[in-house]
Amino acid sequence: MRFLLIEDNAKLASAIVERLRLDGHAVDHAGTLDAAQACLDVAQYDLMLLDIMLPDGDGRALLKSQQNVSDRCPVIVITARSAVSDRVSLLDLGADDYITKPFDFSELEARCRAVMRRQGRATDNRISIGGTTLDCTTAELSFDGQTIALRNRELRLLEVFFKAPGHVFSKSHLLDRMFSLSDEASENAIEVYVARLRKRLDGSDTRIETVRGLGYRMVPV
Amino acid sequence: MVAAILSVAFFVIVRSVAEQAAESTQDDILSASATAIADSLRSEGSNVMLDLPYSALSMLGTLSEDRVFYRVFTGDGTLTGYDDLPLPDRTPQRGQPAFATFDYRGDQVRAVSVVRPVGTGTSARDIIVTVAQTRLGLEQTSRTITTTAMGVGAGFFLVATGLSLWAASAALAPIERLTGAVARRGPHDLRPVTADTPAELMPLVNALNSFMARLRASLLRNEDFIAEAAHRVRTPLATVRAQAEITHRKLNKPEHRRAMREMIRAIDESARSAGQMLDHAMVKFRTDTLAGDRLDMCALIGEVCDRLGATADLKDIQIVRDLPDEPIPARGDGILLQAALQNLLDNAIKYSPEDSRIVVRVEQGFDLKVSIQDEGRGFGDADLTRLKTRYTRGANVGDIVGSGLGLTIADEVTRAHGGRLEIVTNQTGVGACISLILPRI
Repeated sequence: MRFLLIEDNAKLASAIVERLRLDGHAVDHAGTLDAAQACLDVAQYDLMLLDIMLPDGDGRALLKSQQNVSDRCPVIVITARSAVSDRVSLLDLGADDYITKPFDFSELEARCRAVMRRQGRATDNRISIGGTTLDCTTAELSFDGQTIALRNRELRLLEVFFKAPGHVFSKSHLLDRMFSLSDEASENAIEVYVARLRKRLDGSDTRIETVRGLGYRMVPV
Repeated sequence: MVAAILSVAFFVIVRSVAEQAAESTQDDILSASATAIADSLRSEGSNVMLDLPYSALSMLGTLSEDRVFYRVFTGDGTLTGYDDLPLPDRTPQRGQPAFATFDYRGDQVRAVSVVRPVGTGTSARDIIVTVAQTRLGLEQTSRTITTTAMGVGAGFFLVATGLSLWAASAALAPIERLTGAVARRGPHDLRPVTADTPAELMPLVNALNSFMARLRASLLRNEDFIAEAAHRVRTPLATVRAQAEITHRKLNKPEHRRAMREMIRAIDESARSAGQMLDHAMVKFRTDTLAGDRLDMCALIGEVCDRLGATADLKDIQIVRDLPDEPIPARGDGILLQAALQNLLDNAIKYSPEDSRIVVRVEQGFDLKVSIQDEGRGFGDADLTRLKTRYTRGANVGDIVGSGLGLTIADEVTRAHGGRLEIVTNQTGVGACISLILPRI
């Protein structure tokens, strides 16, 4: 996905950018409202992450100006305020969702997905390997004319394999991608989910292979 | 009341002055009469003689139709008059009449005695002349004066009461207008009062307005402070957390990864506590001035479920909505009610196992009951009523991050709306059901 991050705190911004790139996302960063507007004028983004308190104005002004734009880019507001005081005004002003600082990146990603699903935006979120296609927005797996709906964790795990076919992933890496860091999860859980995915992929032209002592990888049948 | 006391005092004073006046008049006439009799005393040899001057007695007759008694006592016996008319207790001083009041022949009488020395031969004898008169006339006079005084007093009372009532209502009318103008206001209305008030009340109105201006400034400062505090605390925490996640990705040794996870959990815990405490302050602030907006409970619950859907998705938890299709009218503060529900639903997600269901249900009976049923671990053996107090958590929270304020916030919001929070924990240890019970409108 391609993000526009609008955040004035340089340290936080660089941490968010680096963290999102780790998951393979493209991120542009703007520190002010003016810079954000300049980015929006020249590029298309899947999603905007907007901090409300900015040096050259209130992020709400940007929300308001975006309301009338056709093919509006969905916005998730990053707020430090308590949910009790800010919630209503943010959503009234045209934000699609909000997340409070500090946030878990798997939660942020889940919210992004949910927003994009609600918006029904036709983004290039489909990955095909051979005759098997994974739609990350709708969480659907399709092959041989049949479509299977995936649970959230199944999708997150399968997405990792689809983005790098043939690449071997360790259990601990997969654990990071599937569980948020505040969850208690053991590597046994990965075995459970891999077993489920194998069942889902049954009949397709790809499969998940165990690489003894190293982890798993996806290979053509 | 004051008018009544004043009237009674007026009556008592007039009455006692009247009685004194009447009595002193009678005393003067009695003394004059007794002196006249004494002046007529003369001696013939060793005998004392008296030509009773009738004028002395007739002057008493002018007062009224009272009966008059007299006695002239020579020391040996009564020279003339009623010899059972009592003598004064003590022999009066010469030239000083002695007065007394006593009952005589069935009536109260006022008596005066004078002493007059009359020379008889070689010696002088003290002759006591006593003149007494009944007090019927005096009482009549005093009664007349009393009646008049009573009439005047009563009139005074009525006039004073009427006047004071009129004055009070005239003076209170602007205060009542002012009271009405202030009482009709909503809880958030802190604009200056502009009710039509007379000049005398302007200091009060000015004081009230300046108080409200200060209150408003203070409330806004409070809100700003809460927002500012949240911003200052949470932004650096967000940086640390993001950096910690990046570092965690890059670490390979299991013990390093574990340490980093512990660090992230600690960050989450402090952020959550700070957030909940600020939320709690905000909730207290808003419940103090509770809004009474018209709401659709169904839409409100739907929004909360949407909001937390993504969080539930992360654990493959399904939020099942058992809601009616039509709107459910409710009255209150929408932000507070959402905060309460969000805390409850967030708790349910936190304590639920993966791949489970949370049912959000609305039942409309006598009350409006919004219940959240999960398949989590319940509250164990914790004291269910104590759970609603601050910083108290269930007996089996394990290592799940929490502040112990979520239920407190939900409880305070519900009670502020005239409802209550019901906690039911399944005895088998699986599942808890928390219901927010609100009065129906």
